[in-house]
Amino acid sequence: MRLYRYRHIDWRPSHVLDKPLSAACVAAITSAGYYLPGQAPFDQSEDGGDCSYRVIDSQANVATLHVGNRSEAFDSSGLELDKNLALPLDRLHALARERAIGRVAPRHISIMGSITAPGRLVSRTAAEIAAMLHHDAVDAVLLVPV
Amino acid sequence: MCHQSVGLVQSVIERAGIPTVSITLLREVTERVRPPRALFVDRPLGFPLGEPHNGPLQKAITMSALALVSEPVEDLLVREMIETPGTPPAGRLDR
Repeated sequence: MRLYRYRHIDWRPSHVLDKPLSAACVAAITSAGYYLPGQAPFDQSEDGGDCSYRVIDSQANVATLHVGNRSEAFDSSGLELDKNLALPLDRLHALARERAIGRVAPRHISIMGSITAPGRLVSRTAAEIAAMLHHDAVDAVLLVPV
Repeated sequence: MCHQSVGLVQSVIERAGIPTVSITLLREVTERVRPPRALFVDRPLGFPLGEPHNGPLQKAITMSALALVSEPVEDLLVREMIETPGTPPAGRLDR
């Protein structure tokens, strides 16, 4: 890991939430490789990593998600017990009911970890995700690695 | 590589105009990828929101992270999640 040259993208200037969190639309993104029944699994054999993504509907039953990211680099036992551990949809719905956030975005995103060649992740996947979040009028995004 | 993937996607979304924050379990990796904002959670890989089926803790970590999107930043901002037994956890300004 010490020899790997991590990539960086210049994101400046930053953007700031211009309303209270209690009025904000929030989306979540995980790298747990989750996919819903009926969605294609991620391909862990792909050279450089699988840069595709899965859209998780806000109303999806979190318990039915499959864990696609099964790297030996981490313990996935917690994810198997509670998918909210890496994509807290049930918690976001609870926070919206408690009026701590405004509303839960209609669509959330799952990507894979273990991507050693992230070129396409940046140029295509992330750009498509950003466009989708804009379309859904998302105000703030929480990203969760595993 | 999870933290790099997440940090890069985060940076693209921020650049596209939407405020972002990520959880980090590997502070040293996040400090190299340098996305805009991160909440450091001192838990093992695979446990970014603390514990399975611990709704109060998962919500506290979620809210501590989301609190950061109200802050303008010029470089990576990392705060550390402080979990205090018996009291609601809160974020602490770390850098």
